[in-house]
Formats: sequence, C-alpha cells, structure tokens
Amino acid sequence: MPVMNIIQAVNDALRTEMRRDDTVVVFGEDVGKFGGVFRATQGLQEEFGSERVFDTPLAEAGIVGMAIGMSQNGLRPVPEIQFADFIYPAIDQLVNEASKMRYRSGGQLTCPFVIRTPYGGGIRGGHYHSQSPEAYLIHTPGIKVVVPSNPSDAKGLLISSIRDEDPVIFMEPKRLYRAARGEVAEGDYSVALGEAALVREGGDITIIAYGAMIPTVLDAAEKAAAVDGIDSDVLDLRTLMPYDIAAVLESVEKTGRAVIVHEAPRTCGFGAELAATISEKALLSLNSPVLRVTGFDTPFPYTLESEYLPNERRIRKAMRDSMSF
Amino acid sequence: MSDTIAGIIDEKGKVRSGAVVPEIGRDDLIRLYRAMLLNRRVDERMLTLQRQGRISFYVGAAGEEGAIIGSAFAMQDKDWLIPCYREAGAAFLRGYSLTDFTNQLFGNSEDKIRGKQMPCHWASRELRLASVSSPVGSQIPHANGFGLAAKFTGRKEVALVYFGDGATSEGDFHVACNIAGVYKAPVVFFCRNNQWAISVPVEVQTASETFAIKAKAYGIEGVQVDGNDVLAVFQVTAEAAERARKGEGATLIEAITYRQGAHTSSDDPRAYRSEDEVAVWKKKDPIDRFRLFLVDQGHWSAGQDKKLEGELNEEIQTAVRAAEKLGPPDIKTVFEDVFEEMPWHLREQLDELNETLDSEVE
Repeated sequence: MPVMNIIQAVNDALRTEMRRDDTVVVFGEDVGKFGGVFRATQGLQEEFGSERVFDTPLAEAGIVGMAIGMSQNGLRPVPEIQFADFIYPAIDQLVNEASKMRYRSGGQLTCPFVIRTPYGGGIRGGHYHSQSPEAYLIHTPGIKVVVPSNPSDAKGLLISSIRDEDPVIFMEPKRLYRAARGEVAEGDYSVALGEAALVREGGDITIIAYGAMIPTVLDAAEKAAAVDGIDSDVLDLRTLMPYDIAAVLESVEKTGRAVIVHEAPRTCGFGAELAATISEKALLSLNSPVLRVTGFDTPFPYTLESEYLPNERRIRKAMRDSMSF
Repeated sequence: MSDTIAGIIDEKGKVRSGAVVPEIGRDDLIRLYRAMLLNRRVDERMLTLQRQGRISFYVGAAGEEGAIIGSAFAMQDKDWLIPCYREAGAAFLRGYSLTDFTNQLFGNSEDKIRGKQMPCHWASRELRLASVSSPVGSQIPHANGFGLAAKFTGRKEVALVYFGDGATSEGDFHVACNIAGVYKAPVVFFCRNNQWAISVPVEVQTASETFAIKAKAYGIEGVQVDGNDVLAVFQVTAEAAERARKGEGATLIEAITYRQGAHTSSDDPRAYRSEDEVAVWKKKDPIDRFRLFLVDQGHWSAGQDKKLEGELNEEIQTAVRAAEKLGPPDIKTVFEDVFEEMPWHLREQLDELNETLDSEVE
C-alpha cells in the first residue's frame, strides 16, 4: 500500500469518488486551478474539468447555499470551506436550511453533501485559522460530523461521507495535514461512519479523543505507561455525530476511568456531552470523576497557543489525577 | 404607469395601448384565473379558521396572486420553484392539491411533511416545489445550486426563486445574485415587491431607485413589471426563463405589487399603514382586473364566475372537513427524518418519551 499524508489521502478519496460517481462535484475558494490553499484538490480540475471542480466567489453562505440546491437536484457536492473559522457566514445555511431539509420536508428532500474544512490550532494561525467549531455543528440535529486523525481514516471516512445521504461536515486536522503519514489502501476503500477505533489498548484508564489530538494523546499515553506506570485505552472517536457509544462504554466499563481530550473550549464542548452520557450510563463502573483536558474558555491565543492546546503534560496530569482520586 | 415597467392590461382590464397580449389559449387563461381565485378564497377561509383557533397560523397572499401565479405559469414542470412562504398559489397551479395543502395546515396524520412545520411551510419533491422555511432570503442561494446542477448534467432546467422586498436587504440576496452572475446560472430571481416587510416600508429597505436596478451591479438582467398584471408577469418571466434556458444567464424580476392583508395571521397592519393606502391598491387588484379582461375578451361571464365560486367553496369545505377529522402523526415521527437512519441517541430519546407517556407520572 502507498504511504500518504492526510492531504494526499483526501485528494485520493476525492479522485476515487469522482471517477466512480460523476455526480460528485468539488468547489470552493481557490480549489480549482490552484488546487486549494492546502493543495487538497490539486490536479482535480485537470482530470475532471471546470464544471466538476471550480473556484467560487468568496462567499461561504453562497457556497453552502449552492451545495444545498445542487444536492436536492441530483449532484453530490463536496465543497471546501477554506478554514473552519470561516464557516460562520454559512451557519444559517447549515443550521436553518441544510440540517433541517429532510425533516422539514417530511423526508421528501435531502441534502447529501460533504463540507470539507480544515480545523484546529498548532500552526501559529491565531484566532482565525485555529478554531474547532464542532460543538456548534454537533448541537444541530440533522448534520453529521466526522473528524479523521490519520491518512487511512481520512480516505475511508471521506468516501463514506460522500456516499452518505445526509449532510456531513468533514473536519480535517490541518496540523496533521503533512505531519501524519501512513499506509492508505488504493482505490475503493471506506471506513463506516459512527464507528470509533481503539488505537491503544491498556487496562487502567480510557482516553477519548479525536482528530488532531490523537497523536498528542498517544504520545502522552506512551509516556504515562513508561514513566507513570499508567496503561491506557485510547479511543479515537472518528465520527462525533453520531458517535460510537458502545465503544465508549465498553472501554470505560473496563477501566472505570475516563479522560476526554479536545482542542475546542471546555464549556458546552463535546467533552461535556461525553461526560454526561458516561455518567448516565456507567456511573457504577466509575472509580473517579470523568475529567476533561480541553482548550480553555478563551478565544484561541496566538503566542501562547501551545499552552492553550491540550499537550502531553496536561494530559498526563489529568491521567494521574484520575488514577489517584 | 412608467414606461420602464412592463404592463399589458390596465386596471379596468383593457389592453394597454401598444401592448401585445401573449398567446395563451382560453383554457389556460381560465386555468390562471381559477388558480388566482382559488388562492384568494383559500386564504380567506384559512384566515377565518385561524381566527377561530382551528389552525395556529396562516400566511395569505391577497393582492399578490397575479405576481405569484403569472410567474409560476411561465415555468415548465421540470423547473424547480423555490418558494418564500407566500406562494401557495404557485403550488396550486403546479398541481399541489388542496387536500395536501390543508392537511399540512392542520399538521395531521396525512400531512406530507408529517407535522414537522408551521402552516404554509409545504414542500413537494414530485412537483419540484422546494421546501418553505421561515428565515428571510435564505432560500435565494439555493436557486444557483438547483440551476447549476441541471446545467452541469446537461438538463435544460431553470430554477425560479421567490422572495420579498425585505429579503433583498439580506446578505443571501447579494451572495446569490453575485454567484448567478459569475456562472450565468439558469435562475430567475423573482422579487415580490409588495411594499411592506411586516411593518417596514420599502424606503427603509433600500435607498436604491428600484430593486430591479440592483441587477446591473451583478451583471444579470433586471426588469420591473406590474405585479398585479398576471399577463405581464407571465410575459417577463417567460422571457427570463427563456434567456436562462439558452445559457444567457439570470434575471432579477421586480414585480410591483401590494400585500393587501396582514404579513401573517400574527400581524395587524392597521398599526402601521393607512386604510387609504390599502384602498388605492385594492383598486389595482390583480384578480378583479383579470376577470374584467376575460369578460372583455369574451372568455368569461358573470354566470361562469358564480359557478366557479361555488365549486371552489365546495372544494375548500371538503378539504377542511376531511383534514380536521384526522389526528396528529404518530409520536415516532418526531424522531424520524432527522437522518436517513435513526441513530442510537434518537432511538433512546424516542424510547424515553414513550416510557414517560406510558408511566404513571401525571
């Protein structure tokens, strides 16, 4: 199997689906001739032409609005929003239009599209190139939210998202775009939505994370095992809506302890939902409170971003706190 | 009448000097008239039902039937109509049944959208009628998607999107017109300038000389038409659709009309506009003048009108009686149609609701 980074895996997934299904179209700001500011759509316009891969005016509401119309009239649009931080001009289109289309038409009209968008910090991008807006989207009934953490999942999950009959927000961990490398299956390859992956097995504690946090969590887990003697399960959720509750409970019921890690701010973040659900469903299995290691409840800072982002030290500290409770 | 505003029949139902009446056969002329009158009578009846507390809400179109139905008549069945929330008349003309419409008002077990939305928020995939939502202007960018999907797959479809004068102040209007201009999208932007956005008059929406003139900045066509002249509306919309179908791009049509009634059943326009103003516009009523035109042309008579009124009344009564008898949709429909398949958390929430309903907790 070829070794790819996440950018190459995303490109390969788009190419694979566009060859298989000629209703798949790609558009957004700079995605056509230039191939995207992160180059994820490089070469697609050459192969598929400018009616299937095209640049748009700089208008996120227009891009998503167009995807809503196209997806109701026979196409499978895969628009790109250049940074997740810029999705907000389209939030009305997502929250009031796309997410409700199936519901409000009694199942007659649907919006099978995928919005690809790079999210997260760690690239010295400041407020506006670092945000993790998943909680707003997960909170909106009717939208699926998918976050890969490695090249193989990026390809497999993107292909499943394109084939899904509901609107999917595909959040790409831009910090890992080129940093994460791995083998990726050639041709048609899919990873089912809604299934988490247990990426490290240990019996003492469960760490639940997704996307760009996975390599950080895995490093922390190795160090905790070596230095602190704490052997952890690491669960990569991969799909946040709908998430894999069975996998979460299976691990937490085994270990009795859970630490949730995400970059987004803590209050009303996805970790809050996970912690509440774990307490509702597995209270008697728990030996300590469910802890969260997250971005702080502040705007995303510039100079001190590595202090803001959950890092190995903060994760290990939470693991120790949980173990010694 | 300004010479830049398209018009064919005047307020007395006479053909304006120099105007050419479009070639529409008698049966179609009567079909247009019937749809307009049905729209008016349905609105009257349903507003009464709302005041009686039998339905919760209603959006009427009195005064705007010419704009709504004339434009819909210009489109082919394969063309998508993307409604605002005042275009039931366009749906009726397409063949949307009064039964379906009324079931939706009651949100009953036969409602095609399964009790999911307020009255007047219908949709019909088979008739290519997009789904109504309440936010203003948010449907306008969808038209580019509907139109371009057809263009990219080699289908000669045009998308027509309705909105009011107030919606032109929303960013979505600008975004959509701009994109349509860039791609020469096969779209007709149909603005019902009914003079009022709830209580806010047009002069508070824009300092622009007209709404149609805004098209120029987007590189699309812009035209004004007498919105109370169903034939003129048909004519300009047919021309816009033809241009779009030929790949010549989008048109912004400003139909100058008037909302004779309240914004919705929740509004009382006496608080913000004069009866005199309403009276002036009632003299330009689109249905009255079209009836006069039909009689003048020898296509219609008082006797036929009386008979039609009777038929419509009967049809409306029958639909209301049937719809009112039906109960609400099944409880599980609350959780259906969120996703194609119901995920675990919604199944759990459905079970939780059922358990509560079955429990002894009062």
